Amino acid sequence: MSNYTAIRKWADEEVSAQRADKARIAIGLGTCGIAAGGNAILEAAERTLANNTEINADVVSVGCIGICYKEPLLDIEIPGQPRLSYGPVTPGETKKILENVFLHNIYEHKKSLAVIGDDAFAEIPSWNEIPFFAPQERTVLRNCGFIDPEKIEDYIANDGYAGLSRALLDMTPEAVVQETLDAGLRGRGGAGFPAGRKWTIAADNIRALKESKSDLPSYGYVICNADEGDPGAFMNRSVLEGDPHSVIEGMIIAGYAIGADFGYIYCRAEYPLAIDRLKLALEQAREKNLLGENILGTDFSFDIKLKEGAGAFVCGEETSLIASIEGNRGMPMPRPPYPAQSGLWGIPTIINNVETLNNIPVVLSQGAKSWAEKGTEKSKGTKTFALTGKVQNTGLIEVELGMSLRKVIYDIGGGIPDGKEFKAAQTGGPSGGCLPKEMLDLTIDYEALAEAGSIMGSGGLVIMDESTCMVDVARYFLTFTQSESCGKCVPCRLGTKRMLEILTRITARHGKIEDLDALEELAPSIRDSSLCGLGQSAPNPVLTTLKYFREEYEAHILEGRCPAGQCKALITYEIDPDDCTGCMVCLRACPTEAITGARREIHVIDPELCTRCDTCRQVCKFDAVLVA
Amino acid sequence: MTNLKITIDNKKIEVPEGSTVLDAARAANVYIPTLCDDPLLEPFGACRLCIVEIEGYRGLPTACSTPAADGMQIRTSSAMIATNRKTSMNLLLSDHPLDCQHCVSNMRCDLQYVAAYVGVRGKNPYQGERRTYELDESNAFYNRNLDMCILCGKCVRACDEIQGRQAISFGYRGFSTKITAPFDLPIWDSSCESCGRCVDMCPTGALYDKTELKHGLPTGETKTICPYCGVGCGLIVETRNGEIIGVRGDGESTVNEGHTCVKGRYGWEYVQHPDRVKKPLVRKYLLEGKKKSEIDRDSSDWDWAETSWDVALDITASNLAQIRDRHGADSIGFMTSAKCLNEENYLMNKLARQVIGTNNIDHCARL
Amino acid sequence: MTVSTQDRSALIPLLQQVQVEMGYVPKEAIDEISVALRVSTSEIFGVLTFYSQFRLNPTGKHMVKICSGTACHVRGAPLIIDAVEDELGLTDGEETTEDGEFTVEKVACFGACSLAPVIIIDEETKGNITPDQARRMVRKIIKAIAKESAAGKNGGEATNE
Repeated sequence: MSNYTAIRKWADEEVSAQRADKARIAIGLGTCGIAAGGNAILEAAERTLANNTEINADVVSVGCIGICYKEPLLDIEIPGQPRLSYGPVTPGETKKILENVFLHNIYEHKKSLAVIGDDAFAEIPSWNEIPFFAPQERTVLRNCGFIDPEKIEDYIANDGYAGLSRALLDMTPEAVVQETLDAGLRGRGGAGFPAGRKWTIAADNIRALKESKSDLPSYGYVICNADEGDPGAFMNRSVLEGDPHSVIEGMIIAGYAIGADFGYIYCRAEYPLAIDRLKLALEQAREKNLLGENILGTDFSFDIKLKEGAGAFVCGEETSLIASIEGNRGMPMPRPPYPAQSGLWGIPTIINNVETLNNIPVVLSQGAKSWAEKGTEKSKGTKTFALTGKVQNTGLIEVELGMSLRKVIYDIGGGIPDGKEFKAAQTGGPSGGCLPKEMLDLTIDYEALAEAGSIMGSGGLVIMDESTCMVDVARYFLTFTQSESCGKCVPCRLGTKRMLEILTRITARHGKIEDLDALEELAPSIRDSSLCGLGQSAPNPVLTTLKYFREEYEAHILEGRCPAGQCKALITYEIDPDDCTGCMVCLRACPTEAITGARREIHVIDPELCTRCDTCRQVCKFDAVLVA
Repeated sequence: MTNLKITIDNKKIEVPEGSTVLDAARAANVYIPTLCDDPLLEPFGACRLCIVEIEGYRGLPTACSTPAADGMQIRTSSAMIATNRKTSMNLLLSDHPLDCQHCVSNMRCDLQYVAAYVGVRGKNPYQGERRTYELDESNAFYNRNLDMCILCGKCVRACDEIQGRQAISFGYRGFSTKITAPFDLPIWDSSCESCGRCVDMCPTGALYDKTELKHGLPTGETKTICPYCGVGCGLIVETRNGEIIGVRGDGESTVNEGHTCVKGRYGWEYVQHPDRVKKPLVRKYLLEGKKKSEIDRDSSDWDWAETSWDVALDITASNLAQIRDRHGADSIGFMTSAKCLNEENYLMNKLARQVIGTNNIDHCARL
Repeated sequence: MTVSTQDRSALIPLLQQVQVEMGYVPKEAIDEISVALRVSTSEIFGVLTFYSQFRLNPTGKHMVKICSGTACHVRGAPLIIDAVEDELGLTDGEETTEDGEFTVEKVACFGACSLAPVIIIDEETKGNITPDQARRMVRKIIKAIAKESAAGKNGGEATNE
């Protein structure tokens, strides 16, 4: 019996013992779940159990299953029955649902979401039937929301570390690299460089180094880039919080494949829960001899250290990330040499994104061929997206590459809320672009997105509607890139600054039509001559909005009008006398006392005093506040 | 070591392995504009002016950082290169005071030259906010005017890679990036040793010697060796109207490759100081053959008087001999100097031990 | 590779540790770390000012963190920021109130984008917030502070009498 068989047997026994006769009440306690009030649900569930000792169940916290707009979520799994999901629940509803289910066998509730299984149950539909989940394909998120991320046995019982076992016990390192090449897995961090090619270069360099030097403490490093810095994306956070072992397993396999002996996980400090769970997972893996000396009884030794980022978007760039781990300012270095040739402390290093590494165990356990069945010819597999912004169903989703934007936004996302019209989809965060409604049928793959002027990016997908100003969006992203620019190279440091100044002028009513020429001249220069990816991609939001939404820019400049009604300098607030009931709500809410009027009298806004804070419009129950 | 065969702008050249594209261009006498590069420093890739086109390479790699490879075909000029260089330069100048005539670096400014080379003419198309700081005059020898700074980082790298002090660093980031001494204090409060290397390397008027404020451009230059110690650093002495107005390290000297310490770089004002002793001086009574015990120290007998080397040395020799005879050789001690050459120190040793006969000889060890 | 480069990699974790314990990184800590790691204070200052996580000055007693991620931005985060800054009398660029009670921080992204816009005041996380609600959250704390200081004053007077 190999070491892995023994570990697997132990995990299966543990898990079945835990679940044999005990029900499981799972609360989604990812960051989203906590922000939505998940802790109160946890308390309510625990209180309900304490008050009803006849209920035989454990309360556990799980990662995010992705259906964020229904947070906080309550899941119930009774032995012999399918898993039921409810949300969004309040503490009161939690008590009621638990009592109904466990004491009265009543399963349906107005907050019933779905059965997490293939068949409907007690009038509740299977999740395969509900529109949010039906079109999705879960490879990366295979375990998120299903396993307890704090228990290694849960992961192992779900085929965890099977890929590592196959790699280490049945395959040579070269064969593992070949398998990754065959799968056609492309880097999920954004640029889409084939993971196998990166590994090949690193493996060659590590081999050469081992031949030329014999006294080095390390010959190769594997770095997991978990510095998810794209504002508006949380795919990596969800994976780290919900399935930390998958990333660790991917790193160990990568280490074996290229001949590295040490790994670092560079994780954003803003993700404290992910950090805690990674620390725990590393300890557990070491305890089970899946990490450390002579892994699974083989000659291969590999260990991993966790490094916390310190708040710099540019550290997502490979050479900056290395500088940061070395204890320096995260300023990028010119490439070549590439990190795979000379990386951390001058040693060959591969840097892979969380999602790339998460895919590796599946590639190894299922085989490249099976993994590569999904996706398109050049963009294999699935991709997670953080679907957010002005869309009905927000959440973490995973789809087969090649799906159309329309399907993602309208089928999974349920379309645009409040009867408004879709305006743009933003992919790739500050490095990506805004795609207009004419491009809704664009397929999501690396080439199609690049051709449209955007990028795949790490998976941020922000939906914008008619009330989103595209000039303001461009200004927003430039504010971001400008404050995150490391300041080293001229085009990025000063070019993004000047572009931002121009965009700010336009949104502040001071734009000139020549400003558009200046933007069109600056953008390609910044793209072509910046030192690193941050600067090279910083003009994308400007270039795409100028290309697809030029009329909005012109409206700002030529007509002094913000069509979306967002730019404060270009809008005024007025009360529609036909709809105003004189209820005084807006008048009392106005922080600057700009609204006058008495009860049952039509109110008036003084444009001089109004700061356009939007409070009156938001509190008005009669939609009587107009923005023009 | 094998040579790499490279073509730059249709010129064929061979360069040693390990060369960068910029090294190769320099060897081929092809000018590529740079602001952040110096052959003595590691490539940095910040100014983006040395962009070139290389066959088979994506985009516009920088010559300073790209290793030369055998068979490489390089083009140093094209419409694409010209546009990007000009945009970068215009951007740099949009954050730089445009008052060259009042600048200490006028006519010796790399920024000025490169701007003209890349074709910056007329009004800058990119107007916007400019960084402004207080002038830092805290250092005894040089000033820091960060308004002029283009953040090429040569000063930071010179301080780290050459002088090994790390007195300054890049601070903050984005548009707010600046060169800082610790805690944003004046440079005098840092660990700066005033070697002046940063001043020499600065391509603008951000760092300049205080003495530069007093004079116009030098009219003459003299290569010489530093008089301070036995290392023998090469110096270039700048003069105007026969007067020294500045000293800098000689880049062609294999001893110091342009580097100096604070003394060689800034300790030269004594040369033309009115108090400087230029001829041997002896007490007047010695010239008149009087005895020390006989004279009144308040009288003119005690004054210094100029004399010839022969007379001065005769007096010294006879007095030393007298002292040795009367009090023994060990009543005399010799002190030599780091300012002397090895040969001079050797001779002093001989004089002490063999001529006078004492082992009392020591050295001030450092200056 | 020499030992000192490995030591150097301890710099950022050490600064993070200091900040967790003190809430900011004081000059004395920098001097101490400089000696221990043999890295110049200038280098440490450069690293410290590069990363947005580090603070050179103490923060206010109450931390108001407003997410400015993309999802939050398109769902109205700028209005939340304006409302909170207005409520606290902070003008452009200021982060901490004069009385040292509040620090307002705009965070790149909490990764809770589905609940945009998101605000965290001290330990309380709120999603789907409106400017009006944000003002009220801040006012509640201001009121509590005023009440506490009034109680403290009365208590003080009582002992004097």
